[in-house]
Amino acid sequence: MNETTSTKKKEPIEESQVAPGHRACAGCGELLAARLVMNAAGKNVIATCATGCLEVVSSAYPQSAWKMPWIHSLFENPTAVASGVEAALKALGRENEANIIAQGGDGSTADIGIGCLSGMLERGHNVLYVCYDNEAYMNTGVQRSGLTPFEASTTTAPSGKISWGKTTDKKPMPEIAAAHGIPYVATASVGYYADLQKKVKKALTIKGPKYIQIHCPCPLGWIHDPALTIKVAQVAVQTGLIPIFEMENGVITSVRKIVKKRPVEDYLKLQGRFRHLLKKSGGEDEVKRIQAIADQNIEKYHLI
Amino acid sequence: MKKVIEGSMAVALAVKACRPHVISAYPITPQTHIVENLSQMVADGELKSEFVNVESEFSAASVILGASATGARAYSTTTAQGLLLMTEVLFNIAGLRLPVSLTCANRAISAPINIWCDHQDAMTVRDSGWIQLYAEDCQEAADMQLQAFKIGENPEIMLPVMVNMDGFILTHAFEPIELLDQKMADEYLPPYKPEIFLTTKNPVTFGILAEPQYYAESRYRLEEAIKASKPVIEEAASEFKRIFGRYSGGLVDKYKLDGAKTALVGMGSVVGTMREVVDEMNSHGQKSGLLKIRTYRPFPKEAIYDALKDVDNIIVMEKAISLGLGGILLNELKSIFQGKKKQPRISGFIIGLGGRDIPTQSIINAVKKVESETIEDEFIDLRTELIGAGK
Ligand SMILES: Cc1ncc(C[n+]2csc(CCOP(=O)(O)OP(=O)(O)O)c2C)c(N)n1
Ligand SMILES: [Mg+2]
Repeated sequence: MNETTSTKKKEPIEESQVAPGHRACAGCGELLAARLVMNAAGKNVIATCATGCLEVVSSAYPQSAWKMPWIHSLFENPTAVASGVEAALKALGRENEANIIAQGGDGSTADIGIGCLSGMLERGHNVLYVCYDNEAYMNTGVQRSGLTPFEASTTTAPSGKISWGKTTDKKPMPEIAAAHGIPYVATASVGYYADLQKKVKKALTIKGPKYIQIHCPCPLGWIHDPALTIKVAQVAVQTGLIPIFEMENGVITSVRKIVKKRPVEDYLKLQGRFRHLLKKSGGEDEVKRIQAIADQNIEKYHLI
Repeated sequence: MKKVIEGSMAVALAVKACRPHVISAYPITPQTHIVENLSQMVADGELKSEFVNVESEFSAASVILGASATGARAYSTTTAQGLLLMTEVLFNIAGLRLPVSLTCANRAISAPINIWCDHQDAMTVRDSGWIQLYAEDCQEAADMQLQAFKIGENPEIMLPVMVNMDGFILTHAFEPIELLDQKMADEYLPPYKPEIFLTTKNPVTFGILAEPQYYAESRYRLEEAIKASKPVIEEAASEFKRIFGRYSGGLVDKYKLDGAKTALVGMGSVVGTMREVVDEMNSHGQKSGLLKIRTYRPFPKEAIYDALKDVDNIIVMEKAISLGLGGILLNELKSIFQGKKKQPRISGFIIGLGGRDIPTQSIINAVKKVESETIEDEFIDLRTELIGAGK
């Protein structure tokens, strides 16, 4: 790994709010992100969690990786459960006991749980929502989600003789969250952990609903070397495909500038899920379409 | 003090007397008056609950789940489509052993869409691990609400409790109601103090993954708990009587069953009509009685057997059907007599679906029919002109 290795130096492993010994795959971006989030948030947290890889690898009885009070209910409802936690703390006069963090994968967030999420944001609960975006339903075997990128191959929208994979691009979840009029929305990447942790800390100083979406490579689903998780995440940002920004009260207040723009091929070629684009004839045109998405992002968010 | 009020208001006042910390619900006919009344009480500062106005019943159930796990007393109310939308969460709440309570204003299930009463909604979720109580009148619905939290929050039980009241027939009925005195309610139902809840003072993990070597034990404990709730349900009714002077709970209610040859069995408001039929039959010298099932889950097998073991003829009247099997209560009741020496004749009728009126005469006719033969799963008062010739 390169410039951003692990957080070990700064945070001794025994201090980590997400304990080692969980069952995540080698190189799992989602577990890394969760640990970064929880360590940034510190001790006074009550967490909810959707069904998905994060929950499955961390909470198999009789063990738990979670050092904070933590509840998993269903795939759709970490937000509604968090709303109930918040209401209970208020009603019991325990409001100052803890920050509430609700967590879900991209499938929970953008697809099956979007109704519950929207309700929580609209009602103004004082909850930080974290979407771990590994761009597919990984827990069930890499099926397409609303946050799977354009023309990635997944097991339910695979590339094939007459298919390039997913026919649409990522649902604009950060904008959808921001459209609820909430005070804080941010995107982050496990490739840039300091930025990620800074955003979590900042979010927790703001009252009301907060939304942070973290891009997390999945070596198994994206088909890349588990040692390259951080690199893959960083290259995604450097191409413009994953814009990193903050939106406060609906206005973009900061973006992570791209120092040296990379062509999207640099990102695609690291991963098996895009291999068909580089191998099949006619693929060059598809790569151009993906480059156009990156360029649009760069323009829209002023990344350069 | 008795006051003539609507059933929904009686329930809302009972909920208020329970001092729930968190209420979350989504409107659906015929439950709406309950939520509206509670909302107004909160808006007027009379009820100090956090009222979470959600975007769906799925969220309502999830909100009370989260609130209960955090140590709060939590309440919701719904019916029909709303209850089915909650289904996944209902099972989850029971599995997590969270003693929330919910009023179900029983209503038929779509399609065809129909907003009137039957019991298909609640009976469909009978296997969810919720305790299910059925009220005959508005007073019972109100009284059972207090008992619901008392039963569910018992440290040996820790289960959710659903109080069922017939949609419109009870929710919109104006009846003289004995209002629950707050002091007495507080004496009956002390504050909820769970042993384990979400707190930074003692971090716990809720909602674990249980692999094959652990899952069955968890379900076993759940089954043990719901079975163990039978005496707790009886005690909750006795304790209620001690404080309020009325017995309005328990597992079953027997009416004129001593020496009866024929027994009618039912749940909910129709029991009132059935009682009239029983009186009429007795006045004609037909020795008959009535068994009202108040607690449907846990299924009070022992109490039902005990009440019906000496009768010759049992007639189950129910407002739901397990499509492809027939009467649900009918089949469950029959299973109680499996292997017993004395085998009564057990007949069953499907009645009142989708709010169809149930005249006394219809029940009398049904009873006459089974004097000499056993009838199963016959729909009472079907309009033959609508179901094709030859029927
Ligand atoms: C109602 C329901 N539908 C489907 C599933 C199966 N399921 C469990 S996790 C999951 C995918 C999770 O995807 P995501 O939210 O992206 O999280 P990830 O596993 O990728 O971290 C699915 C489809 C379920 N548990 N519940
Ligand atoms: Mg995912």
